[in-house]
Amino acid sequence: MELWFSEMHTPNVKMSIRVDKQLYTEQSEFQRIDVFQSEEFGKFLTLDGIMMLTEKDEFIYHEMITHVAMASNPDIKKILVIGAGDGGTIRELCRYKTVERIDMVEIDERVVAVCREYLRQTACRLDDSRVHIYYEDGLKYVRRKANEYDLIIVDSTDPFGPGEGLFTSEFYGNCYNALTENGILVNQHESPYYSDDARAMQRAHKRINEFFPICRVYQVHIPTYPSGHWLFGYASKTVDPLKADADKWNALGIETQYYNTDLHKGCFMIPNYVKKLLEEA
Amino acid sequence: MLTQSNAPIYEALIKYRDARVVPFDVPGHKHGRGNPELTEFLGKSCLSVDVNSMKPLDNLCHPVSVIKDAQKLAAEAFGARSCFFMVGGTTSSVQSMILSVCKAGDKIIMPRNVHRSAINSLVVCGAVPVYVNPGMDSRLGIALGMSVEDVEKAILENPDAKAVFVNNPTYYGICSDIKSIAELAHKHGMLCLADEAHGTHFYFGEDMPMPAMAAGADMASVSMHKSGGSLTQSSCLLIGKGCTVSDGHIHSVINLTQTTSASYLLLSSLDISRRNLALNGREIFSKVMSLAEYARAEINKIGGYYAYSSELINGKDIYDFDRTKLSVYTRDIGLAGIEVYDILRDSYDIQIEFGDIGNILAYISVGDREMAIERLVSALSEIKRRYSRDKTGMLEHEYINPAVKVSPQTAFYGKQETIPLAESAGKISSEFVMCYPPGIPIVAPGELITEEILRYIEYSRERGCSLTGPEDMEIRNIKVLK
Repeated sequence: MELWFSEMHTPNVKMSIRVDKQLYTEQSEFQRIDVFQSEEFGKFLTLDGIMMLTEKDEFIYHEMITHVAMASNPDIKKILVIGAGDGGTIRELCRYKTVERIDMVEIDERVVAVCREYLRQTACRLDDSRVHIYYEDGLKYVRRKANEYDLIIVDSTDPFGPGEGLFTSEFYGNCYNALTENGILVNQHESPYYSDDARAMQRAHKRINEFFPICRVYQVHIPTYPSGHWLFGYASKTVDPLKADADKWNALGIETQYYNTDLHKGCFMIPNYVKKLLEEA
Repeated sequence: MLTQSNAPIYEALIKYRDARVVPFDVPGHKHGRGNPELTEFLGKSCLSVDVNSMKPLDNLCHPVSVIKDAQKLAAEAFGARSCFFMVGGTTSSVQSMILSVCKAGDKIIMPRNVHRSAINSLVVCGAVPVYVNPGMDSRLGIALGMSVEDVEKAILENPDAKAVFVNNPTYYGICSDIKSIAELAHKHGMLCLADEAHGTHFYFGEDMPMPAMAAGADMASVSMHKSGGSLTQSSCLLIGKGCTVSDGHIHSVINLTQTTSASYLLLSSLDISRRNLALNGREIFSKVMSLAEYARAEINKIGGYYAYSSELINGKDIYDFDRTKLSVYTRDIGLAGIEVYDILRDSYDIQIEFGDIGNILAYISVGDREMAIERLVSALSEIKRRYSRDKTGMLEHEYINPAVKVSPQTAFYGKQETIPLAESAGKISSEFVMCYPPGIPIVAPGELITEEILRYIEYSRERGCSLTGPEDMEIRNIKVLK
């Protein structure tokens, strides 16, 4: 028997993973949620048929969406995470003893429930006493906050579907307002390679750039995402990520598989065509 | 036996398409084959039913089969005696109402905050308006409905008037006591005509203001393409059960100006939308209502904005309020409505219905999602944070009581000269000047131009309103009576 999960990365490019069995499926109020078991990538989660994470490569995404900001400002105490229903981002943040509070805002309660049951690898720290979960629209939540968070991480789906509001000027403006003086905004920033993704990436960059004096992107390599070449956005009112104190972070003794303080600098060094896209945004 | 689950025009079109008829008639694109670019853009199924009147598809000028059936079902759905499908927009419905009732020299009582289409029809037929000044809300600066007392006064002073014309509701969602006004008009031998361009949903939702047909009005123009979901330019003219004008006469009047090649895209959209509203309207508008109520509550929480609702009701010139409308007063954050309208579009990719001097209107419909409402609310909150400023020096009123000197027709066809707008105070205008939307004239043909009116026009221009009306596209000159 041949059973394959396929995702169209463009109308002309398809990625397929051989599936051992489907573990779960559900149409929630917001999206279709599926969990599969595969030989190559272990368990993996898709939303509306789009790959969110696999057990084999999620470490890349979750380490890179968290540790870059945490190393740039070791004084981060209060964090807002938007999206991130699978728990991977929370797991990484919980490794910092200095973090006092993490508010997580996820629109779809069902994603969290499904991940708690099927993806313990990422959902393992959702019950940490510092974590507070709110099930509502991230755009609505952040609108009511001012000068409250040292770090906001936007761990969202693509800008088509439930994540749409998290790629808008109103959202970035609200985030600016919700951040403290040394606040940092990190967001899932789409890919520069295929043209639809690249346009979403440009729009996001242009809009964030309107609000934050420091506005950069950094890159990661995620085998199961379209083109494998993915970006995160880093924006801050004051904190330059390239001036991070490497020794200080290394002294924390946090063991990682992808992130290290050399890569911290390296990931901000981006290819010329991406630079050009950003300049033209 | 036809029921509201039928859609006779739609069903006939499907049958026509499935029969694969070979067309040797107009339109010349022949089911789209002759215009591949257009077909690619609009879609094959759309072009395949863009056809001409023919026996199986009936004829809007003289309906005897499927159009007749569809109109009958629509009349039933709206609680009307009859319904005419209109393809020239609600403008054509409003004009047909007035032309059916008035001829040269006849008087018609109407509020001055009517849509330009109503005054246009007076230019065409030579009837004379008797304006009832609408109430004013001094804080919001908008014109309201008419109080029954003011209508009665106008009726008593003009017992020879033919009809009373009512907005049900205004663009902002404000209703007059249309039931009492209709009774009053009938008591004095006049007809009651309603412009329901913004009131389709009154017929199908729960907890809505009273629709004209239920209020006993004689005719009503309903923009199915606004809250009803049909294609732009399609509309319904409803005739009340007690109307003393015959359907035959009204139909002749419609045929004076209506096209003889009515679009089946528009007609089928009316048919399908009527079916949808009759079957699902209650559910649809309860969702619209809850979205609007939610948005209003959230916008009012931001502070600085005032999203108004039924608390305005005063039993007189605000007899009722349409709570599906999301009208927001913006002047307290120091921004004109039109400025907020522009910022929403330019900086947030959000297009709303209109902005005027002190208010914006966001149109909420069955097509909206909670997510989109969150974007609007968040954007308004951001606009307040980033752009709000001191409000001193801002103009307060949307509406200036006009001084009518001659009838609209006399002014439109009289001896005229073109002079600079800035020097026109004291003259009688031959043209309209208005912001569009909302399309309510600031000055109409036959009215005195005053310094106050000129100040208002210049203020609107400065703030970025889109001015229309005069022949001069730049709106620097105006035609006035010699």
